[in-house]
Amino acid sequence: MIDYILPEYKVDRDFTRCVGCQACERQCSNKVHYKDFDLDVMKAHEENCVNCQRCVLICPTHAITIKRNDQAQPTSNNWTGEYIQDIARQAESGAVLLTGMGNPRPYPIYWDHMVLNASQVTNPSIDPLREPMETRVILGSKPQKLEIDEKKRTIKTPMPPSRQLDVPVMFSAMSFGSISLNAQKSMAMAARELGTFFNTGEGGLHKDLREYGDNAIVQVASGRFGVDQDYLNAGSIIEIKIGQGAKPGIGGHLPGEKVNEEVSTTRMIPEGTDAISPAPHHDIYSIEDLRQLIYALKEATRYEKPVSVKIAAVHNVAAIASGMARAGADIIVIDGFRGGTGAAPTRIRDNVGIPIELALASVDQRLRDEGIRNTVSLVPAGSFRCSSDIVKAIALGADAVYCGSAPLIAMGCHMCQSCTKGTCNWGIATQDPVLTRRLNPEIASERIVKLMTAWNHEIQEMLGGMGINAIESLRGNRLALRGVGLNEKELEVLGIKYAGEVM
Amino acid sequence: MRLKEGDIRIPSGCAISAIMDRSGKRHDGSDIIRSIALMHDRGNGLGGGFAAYGIYPDYADLYAFHIFLDDTAARTAAQAFLEERFELEASEVVPTRRVAAITDAPLIWRFFVKPKADLMDELNDGDEEQFVMDAVMYINANIPGAFVSSSGKNMGAFKGVGFPEDIGEFYRLEDYEAWLWTAHGRFPTNTPGWWGGAHPFSLLNWSVVHNGEISSYDANRRYIEQFGYDCALRTDTEAITYIFDLLVRRHGLSEEMAAHIICAPAWDEIDRMDEKDKQFETALRQVYGPALVNGPFSIILGMEDGLLALNDRLKLRALMVGEKDDMVYLASEEGAIRIVCDDAENVRAIDGGVPYIAKLYDAEGD
Repeated sequence: MIDYILPEYKVDRDFTRCVGCQACERQCSNKVHYKDFDLDVMKAHEENCVNCQRCVLICPTHAITIKRNDQAQPTSNNWTGEYIQDIARQAESGAVLLTGMGNPRPYPIYWDHMVLNASQVTNPSIDPLREPMETRVILGSKPQKLEIDEKKRTIKTPMPPSRQLDVPVMFSAMSFGSISLNAQKSMAMAARELGTFFNTGEGGLHKDLREYGDNAIVQVASGRFGVDQDYLNAGSIIEIKIGQGAKPGIGGHLPGEKVNEEVSTTRMIPEGTDAISPAPHHDIYSIEDLRQLIYALKEATRYEKPVSVKIAAVHNVAAIASGMARAGADIIVIDGFRGGTGAAPTRIRDNVGIPIELALASVDQRLRDEGIRNTVSLVPAGSFRCSSDIVKAIALGADAVYCGSAPLIAMGCHMCQSCTKGTCNWGIATQDPVLTRRLNPEIASERIVKLMTAWNHEIQEMLGGMGINAIESLRGNRLALRGVGLNEKELEVLGIKYAGEVM
Repeated sequence: MRLKEGDIRIPSGCAISAIMDRSGKRHDGSDIIRSIALMHDRGNGLGGGFAAYGIYPDYADLYAFHIFLDDTAARTAAQAFLEERFELEASEVVPTRRVAAITDAPLIWRFFVKPKADLMDELNDGDEEQFVMDAVMYINANIPGAFVSSSGKNMGAFKGVGFPEDIGEFYRLEDYEAWLWTAHGRFPTNTPGWWGGAHPFSLLNWSVVHNGEISSYDANRRYIEQFGYDCALRTDTEAITYIFDLLVRRHGLSEEMAAHIICAPAWDEIDRMDEKDKQFETALRQVYGPALVNGPFSIILGMEDGLLALNDRLKLRALMVGEKDDMVYLASEEGAIRIVCDDAENVRAIDGGVPYIAKLYDAEGD
């Protein structure tokens, strides 16, 4: 039987440069490169290549280029090579297609259709190098009004627990199991240095990371892996994960081969068993059940920690978010359909859920219509690629954002979307000790810190350009945004005007 | 069609000025006109106005509604609405004189009214000020061609399209006596202006004259709209007035604390405070962050017992203060103080973010 599956990539090796050192071969866990000793040349099993670019960057003579396999496809916009190949794969495997990372389909990216304002003449822009430029954010629920003893300068209204972020970015949930301990540790170290938070995902908190508990968001997901009283109390914020943008409506599955001793201990499951997170929480079939879980977690932690609830951005997101606020969530997280994942069924990743920009705008407006926006924090997630995406999200109404892919890329990820294979050459999405050793948390965390520091500078520059010196004056300030290339309905949902339109 | 404030958002540069006698003694409007006229070049003739406190001693317990009316139909509708909700004690045309530079004036009426107690109980649980505020919002939103320019007790706003000195002459301000006068000369950047859009902006006993363009406008607007304020004019002044109304009248804070929230201390300042103050300031910023007003502004807030002047926390707009005996003078430029009081003392610039408050002697120690 002929194998119908074409290699996706071609390895283009410049033999005038290649010295046959086999570094590529040693580095490639996908077993792409090998030496033909008879001919004394390097060859490639191209069908194994995932385009992670490890070999490209490791090759001492820069002899390797990975190219897309441009095999001619039928001349059809409908039957593209991609669908034909997917059918070939499924005809062979009989299985659901699996993939990693975020939705790559060419849906509109609204960040690229919104532009920011700047001050000219009628008010001055502010230079962040000369003036204070505040990007600090405080997350948690808040009363609508304060009762104050002005003489004593004290607040009489009880304040719910809250958490401070020095940059308006947190690291998204990625479990130990889906990523390596070194990868998680890199984010933990960076979060501590930056004054922000990393998120354990649903895989528990490894004992080596307990010391980063003050910067940890500990997740409680449908599988309840690794959840006990110590875990809840070790974290600074507790997050109930209802859904994930990359795979709304379904659960998760960590295959048994990734459940080694460390993962098994941290998740509190037997070694080698599959870790299956059910699609729903089986104690939450409705909003009133969510309230019970929120308060159970608050009880278990003496009302000392904010409780966050994360849902995937779906059609009815605004009403659901409002229900979450009323159910007692201190932080509402909305994960858009471009959000990343270690593993998701391809069809679900690419077709379920809605863009985060529209979801965020609609949730913020709904909470305002109900007069409760100011009582909760709102955190969007799902593919923030750069600082201006974040500035735009805050202008739409976000308090802060979750970033997952960006820190991964900072530590080496090249978005090959093959996390499910468990052979990540960058030591991120793998438990193979040979591979995880490649990721040095000291170095990786430093790179994440630098990235976020750079983004924060850029955020400050954009704020200053708009004549704003505190991030809360940008929050929900939709006059800072204008649409380009959007239709009336899109503008309406985003709550912004078209570029050039009178104010 | 010419767009009015509310249809579009119009940033403005401006001149502002205020004169107050802390003893409560009342003075006619000639000095405030001279003061604001000196800063003629800071306006462009597209808006000027005054607020005066203490001008209606005979009706001191009644709400004085100053209303712009496009035509008699609007007047009939506005009066009918007022009579439905209030006891109407007096109503008259606001006296004006013909001034060559002032054209396009609407009908300008004033109504002295008292809320109907039974309606007030029914609609607002007896909260008189809320009842009056709701009536103002109703008229502005629902009676075509009617706009309430002020609605306080024993005070009034006199504003329109023109240079402030012409507006002052038009309204015969020399015939009024007030213990507090504030004034505004407007430089809107992209519209012929509209009488209702001129400053001061006033609600209940509040009046605000303001110079600047706040960069936090939409964040502030969307915050206060959650509390039922309708930012119909889409002006900064309106938003700032509503923030004060929310914080002082509805949340029970002092004007000073409201100013402190509007110009919150920077985080690096808060970080240096002792634990108790840090907690206090952090809670304020946490809860009232959306009320932080950002970007350049100088404002003078008139209130029933005094005034409050405030600059943005970076001090991006000029505002000077001077004092002489019982008198307090404020103006965008020092010359506008000197021209009415050449021996004013302690003439100085107001610090960024620190409110300057002057109260009637009778009101001190409240």
